[in-house]
Amino acid sequence: MAERMGFFTDTSVCIGCKACEVACKEWNELPDDGFVFEATSYDNTGALGASTWRHVAFIEQTRAVRVEGREEDVDRWLMSSDVCKHCTHAACVDVCPTGALFHTEFDTVLVQADVCNGCGYCVPACPYGVIQRRQDDGRAWKCTMCYDRQLGGLEPACAKACPTDSIQFGPLDELRQRAADRLAGLHADGHTEARLYGESPDDGVGGTGAFFLLLDEPEVYGLPPDPVVTTRDLPSMWRWAGAAAVSMAGVVAVAFLEGRVSGNRVPTGRSLVGRVLGRGVLGGRGLGGRRRW
Amino acid sequence: MAECHPVGFQWVMEAKARGAKVFHVDPRFTRTSAMADAYLPIRAGSDIVLLGALINHVLGNGLDFREYVLAYTNAATLVSEDFQDTEELDGLFSGFDPETRTYDPASWSYDEDGGPEPDERREGGRRHAEAAGADRYGSGGAAAPSRPRTDPTLSDPRCVYQILKRHFARYTPELVERMCGIREADFAELAEAITANSGRERTTAWVYSVGWTQHTVGAQYIRTASILQLLLGNMGRPGGGIMALRGHASIQGSTDIPTLFNILPGYLSMPHAHRHEGLDDYLEHEGGETGFWGNRRAYLVSLLKAWWGEAATEANDFCFDYLPRMTGDHGHYTTVMNQIDGTVKGYFVVGENPAVGSSGGRAQRFGLANLDWLVVRDLTLVETATFWRDGPELETGELRTEDIATEVFFLPAASHVEKEGTFTNTQRLLQWREKALDPPGDCRSDLWFYYHLGKRIRQRLTEDEIDRPLRELTWDYPEEGERAEPLATAVLREIGGVGPDGRALSAYTQLRPDGSTRCGCWIYCGVYADEVNQAARRRPGREQTPVAPEWGWAWPANRRILYNRASADPEGRPWSERKAFVWWDEDRREWTGLDVPDFETGKPPDYLPPEGAKAQDALAGTDPFIMQSDGKGWLYAPLGLADGPMPAHYEPHESPVRNPLYRQQANPARRIYRRPDSPYNPPESPRFPYVLTTYRLTEHHTAGAMSRPLAYLAELQPELFCEVSPQLAAEVGLVNGGWATIVTSRSLIEARVLVTGRVRPLRVQDRVIHQVGLPYHWGWGSGGLVTGDVANDLLPIVLDPNVYIQESKAMTCHVRPGRRPRGQALLDLMEEYRYG
Amino acid sequence: MRRERAMVPEAEFRSYYGRPVIKAPIWHEPHMPTYLYLGGMSGASSLLAVMARYTGRPRLGRTARIAAAAGSAAGAVLLAAELGRPERFLNMLRVFKVTSPMSVGSWILAAQGGLSAVAATSELTGILPVAGDAAVLATGLTGPLTATYTAVLVADTAVPAWHEAYRELPFLFAGSALASAGAVGLLAAPHAEAAPARLVAVAGAALETAAGVVMERRLGLLGEPYQLGRAGRLMRAARVLTVGGGALAAVSGRGRTLAVLSGLALTAGALCTRFGILEAGRASAADPKYTVIPQRQRLDARAEPSAAPPDEREPANLA
Ligand SMILES: Nc1nc2c(c(=O)[nH]1)N[C@H]1C(S)=C(S)[C@@H](COP(=O)(O)OP(=O)(O)OC[C@H]3O[C@@H](n4cnc5c(=O)[nH]c(N)nc54)[C@H](O)[C@@H]3O)O[C@H]1N2
Ligand SMILES: Nc1nc2c(c(=O)[nH]1)N[C@H]1C(S)=C(S)[C@@H](COP(=O)(O)OP(=O)(O)OC[C@H]3O[C@@H](n4cnc5c(=O)[nH]c(N)nc54)[C@H](O)[C@@H]3O)O[C@H]1N2
Ligand code: SF4
Ligand code: SF4
Ligand code: SF4
Ligand code: SF4
Ligand code: SF4
Ligand SMILES: [Mo]
Repeated sequence: MAERMGFFTDTSVCIGCKACEVACKEWNELPDDGFVFEATSYDNTGALGASTWRHVAFIEQTRAVRVEGREEDVDRWLMSSDVCKHCTHAACVDVCPTGALFHTEFDTVLVQADVCNGCGYCVPACPYGVIQRRQDDGRAWKCTMCYDRQLGGLEPACAKACPTDSIQFGPLDELRQRAADRLAGLHADGHTEARLYGESPDDGVGGTGAFFLLLDEPEVYGLPPDPVVTTRDLPSMWRWAGAAAVSMAGVVAVAFLEGRVSGNRVPTGRSLVGRVLGRGVLGGRGLGGRRRW
Repeated sequence: MAECHPVGFQWVMEAKARGAKVFHVDPRFTRTSAMADAYLPIRAGSDIVLLGALINHVLGNGLDFREYVLAYTNAATLVSEDFQDTEELDGLFSGFDPETRTYDPASWSYDEDGGPEPDERREGGRRHAEAAGADRYGSGGAAAPSRPRTDPTLSDPRCVYQILKRHFARYTPELVERMCGIREADFAELAEAITANSGRERTTAWVYSVGWTQHTVGAQYIRTASILQLLLGNMGRPGGGIMALRGHASIQGSTDIPTLFNILPGYLSMPHAHRHEGLDDYLEHEGGETGFWGNRRAYLVSLLKAWWGEAATEANDFCFDYLPRMTGDHGHYTTVMNQIDGTVKGYFVVGENPAVGSSGGRAQRFGLANLDWLVVRDLTLVETATFWRDGPELETGELRTEDIATEVFFLPAASHVEKEGTFTNTQRLLQWREKALDPPGDCRSDLWFYYHLGKRIRQRLTEDEIDRPLRELTWDYPEEGERAEPLATAVLREIGGVGPDGRALSAYTQLRPDGSTRCGCWIYCGVYADEVNQAARRRPGREQTPVAPEWGWAWPANRRILYNRASADPEGRPWSERKAFVWWDEDRREWTGLDVPDFETGKPPDYLPPEGAKAQDALAGTDPFIMQSDGKGWLYAPLGLADGPMPAHYEPHESPVRNPLYRQQANPARRIYRRPDSPYNPPESPRFPYVLTTYRLTEHHTAGAMSRPLAYLAELQPELFCEVSPQLAAEVGLVNGGWATIVTSRSLIEARVLVTGRVRPLRVQDRVIHQVGLPYHWGWGSGGLVTGDVANDLLPIVLDPNVYIQESKAMTCHVRPGRRPRGQALLDLMEEYRYG
Repeated sequence: MRRERAMVPEAEFRSYYGRPVIKAPIWHEPHMPTYLYLGGMSGASSLLAVMARYTGRPRLGRTARIAAAAGSAAGAVLLAAELGRPERFLNMLRVFKVTSPMSVGSWILAAQGGLSAVAATSELTGILPVAGDAAVLATGLTGPLTATYTAVLVADTAVPAWHEAYRELPFLFAGSALASAGAVGLLAAPHAEAAPARLVAVAGAALETAAGVVMERRLGLLGEPYQLGRAGRLMRAARVLTVGGGALAAVSGRGRTLAVLSGLALTAGALCTRFGILEAGRASAADPKYTVIPQRQRLDARAEPSAAPPDEREPANLA
């Protein structure tokens, strides 16, 4: 396997030009998302989805800040280009029943369009709300980290188009180092609100292949604050389901065995269930006698 | 800059990463503000107060780069005693004629024996003003004496330095706070930063675009910044300067090789029908004898030779008489008025969409509807080509298709990827583009169109004398392919110039006044040097020096920083190691450095011009501004400008407040059209209490025909919207995502509402002034996937007097909640607002 | 509506214009909830069929076999119809992935469908009775899995109201499945043989109700989606129908009408449960607070361990 490739999106230098969004659509020939004025700052595409694989969020903030003893409003306009996280432990890959989703040789997460049958299971499985099924086409789509371009030795279209290097593409280890340096620099400059998101292999998804430098809490950008790959709890889920299945069988078995003990026609209060539920309830007069069939 | 020049903005980000401090001055908090270290909200139209106060701060505290100022600017020059300042005349400079609303600049001149003769043909005079004469200073200044009287101690009250000091004394931080709405503390931070960051070791750059130019005082905005930069020693030095971020791709190219009515290639002015009798007469009145403009005969004769070839001879003034002549203002807005009046019958619209993009949209369309014929060449069926069948005036009933007699010819154009040629960018850098694919169907390049149109016209020429200029024109570019596409390289080579031997020239210094050289544009001379398309060079920056001279080609002479002689001190030594750029190498006795020196290579710093010297020989070894007739940077412009030798703050033509500085409210020389189809909101009108400003979005392009039809762009900003502060929204009753109707006396339009803290109410003259922001990219057609009302329908037709740019950045308006009425009801409401 | 008041005090949280953080499940109505119902019904019916076979209740057995086969077959059709590319239904069997409940489920469903079809066919045609019996026996294994894997299917998502309910959901589904199968027995089996079905119905109803109550309690904030709005109405209807149906089942020995009423009520209840659960999942996905608040609390707790809510300190299966 080749080196793990990834994205470091440094939102502190994102100018919100959306070149990444457009470049992605151009390269991947994606459909538009419709023409709706959302009145959410300069964001009219809203979220990542089947036809938006890069999405630039715009957050307008007014904070009260003390400057020379005066309360002043300081505006911040945060912009951030979101993308599939290419999780180490990718829920979408885990849950895909067809094997359409897989980890490539670059350790990125890819949907094979010729395999996907559009079961849609990956959609609610993704803790970041990235992957989505396309209405007309029926299959699930998301960022490929430009697998095709990578095969040709090119960097992804979005990174290529980004004028300020907010989107940096490269070997993940290198990017993590670069991000740590950048973070240290920002902290040194007093931007203590800067933080990395998704770079830690210890997080709920084992670290992401596309990680971010944010200037506020993740949820402000529409990102989950503590995402966890849903399959982390899967063994436990299976156990609980197993227990339920066994209970089911038990209930049925008891019901029939009870039925046999108490005879076909006339359940009596001697049976286990009868005793529990009370004779009057299950027994009753002449039930057996009024056989119809 | 991040909004409209995002790719260029990467360098700002890089500078920031290296420690540069970025300030952003804008009425709105934009994507640029988001990245800036400090954002200063300003009331649209008040920048001269801010810049003037910075000048005052520099002069008042003696913070100017004195050595630079003394040596390289006209600070010491003495001005005529006749000159009277706005401070004396309450907002007017001496020489104003209220009748014609023009200045006679005679009294502004330098102190000379006898002084200049009054002459209305003088640069900056009435005739000059009538044809936006100042436009030609795209490559140098007006003609002033080369060795005027000076006072090197700068103490003479009539020296420029003292005049400036007095002029700007009233531009104080308090005034900035009152007029611009910028807090004194913020002003102090800015003033401190730019002065601390200027001098020997450091330089500061100013970057502007149409937020500064689209005002009735637009040219003077830039003048104010120039004065500041000269005082701080930031001109001609790396990291300094004033960067005009230009507009359309190659809009710089289209002023160099102009699409303008008043200039010829290379900023030679277009001859005037009544001013210029012949070549000699023209040359006598078009600039000084000293400085590099002193060679203008060589530039013009080479141009005429390029156009008329063998037919151009010494004997016939090199066909000077073949050039078309102006009779006055043939600018865009005057032409539109002439259309409405029926005196302009035919119209070519090429790569422009005035029905949407120009001020006074309604007037634009009424003009188009009154033509006999109209040719539109564009990529899509723009509104300008379809107004007769779907324009908004049909809905109001003011126009009816069956009544519009205009015959419209739409000719599909090839886009920039479908043809080859150059773009000239902000940095004067020519970059050659290859053709990526053939244009579809009938689409043809503009070069193809004009060339073949010319050929067809020439086929129809007679032996008549009147046809001679066209008959004798050189019109013989090689053609290529089955579509007979003329070779763009051949055109570029002609522009680049050839010598007597027919070989390409390498610099404009080789041009001769005797007809032995040919050059289509003297400032581009050398672009085909060594028979190589220099503009096509693509050597990556990392493989060469920081100046990257082998990437493309910059005019003039592939120089990357103009006037870079100023990067060295008068003795020719770099001002500092850190800022070394071009310097005098005493051993080799020549100028050298990182860039091509913008100076005669062998002229030593101690060169003094002999009496009576001409052209560049008249400039000393310490005169870096070689296009100026005195070689100096002008803190004070003794002539050339139509509205004063120094900038003064005037309110926009439409303003909600009084000018607190002078009784003169607005620029006295601004161009206005007093006629019913050009109504204006009265100043300080309670009917129009809000400031309206228009601008661009990253997601769209200008009049929208190139972005509205593209799904990937249209979806990003699908509807026309206005930006208002929460306070204004509350005051008027606007809700985020709802609708607003915006009204001026021109028209009313509807837009969706974006309530945002990024647009703030400003405290101006102890009042709260609300601002309304409006992008202008929408229209009803152009094959757009999204449509919207035309913002320009709201705008007044009022122009800067120097270059005739419209004031689209500051006017007044009213805002109402909800959508606009339709049909007759719209006209009724319009009337109501117009007449109160 | 009084019942619709927020059960947990409104917590402060931040979001991106109130937009959802995760994508809501794209499963449709009536497909998915009906499939969940059918899967449960089929699975539990298989158990009935097995027991009927070995306790000598041929008529009940026949009913159960047919119900199991029909349920899984119809369920498979609904599942296929849910696919964006139904013609690629068989791609489900391209791989077997334990990490994918849908993959596991596809195999289970395939087995359950195949086996129950064999069992039902044999029963109806009388051919290959041994094979039929063997198949029935085998569905004793696949049946309960068919009924309960669906709980894992929905819980193994980022949908907060589903994922966090992964403990109770299988029991809820199991109970609901039992009630559904019991209801079919009540409706379709001869009265004489229906007693076990009645018991199953009652027990199922009880289990479903109990699991539901426990789940909503334990979920706290995440219980809200099951209580508010359309999901709340469906879940309440389900509860009324299930409890009512269960009660009726208990006394349905007294008469055919009661049995039919009970069967219908339980079936309706089971369906409402499934529709309600889908809707609750959707609602919890659509409102970012259900994603953000619990995660934020988790983070805060991690930062300050003593403040951890007891539920979160439970050792999870940290895979
Ligand atoms: N994406 C995109 N890029 C473009 C274009 C486009 O349409 N779209 N157009 C191109 C063209 S043709 C041009 S000319 C350039 C223009 O580039 P810009 O000049 O950057 O364009 P604008 O957005 O029109 O105006 C710039 C800013 O000036 C501010 N402003 C308005 N009045 C004042 C004032 O009095 N003082 C100050 N300090 N600021 C003021 C506005 O709020 C606005 O933010 O962009 C070019 N690039
Ligand atoms: N309110 C308001 N109005 C403004 C401004 C503002 O800031 N506010 N800004 C002003 C400025 S700076 C500008 S530059 C103008 C722009 O206004 P316009 O020039 O009127 O508008 P554009 O949409 O840029 O028109 C350019 C046209 O050229 C076409 N085109 C592109 N390439 C080619 C080509 O190769 N050949 C031909 N023949 N056509 C081509 C495009 O399809 C497009 O329709 O708007 C001005 N108007
Ligand atoms: S972000 Fe979502 S879609 Fe992307 S790899 Fe992770 S789980 Fe899959
Ligand atoms: S929709 Fe496609 S990619 Fe997603 S889980 Fe189903 S088969 Fe896999
Ligand atoms: S990597 Fe490629 S597919 Fe992914 S967002 Fe960037 S451009 Fe789109
Ligand atoms: S291209 Fe870069 S700067 Fe522009 S929006 Fe995307 S990430 Fe931000
Ligand atoms: S559109 Fe072209 S010219 Fe304008 S910023 Fe982008 S790359 Fe530069
Ligand atoms: Mo422009």
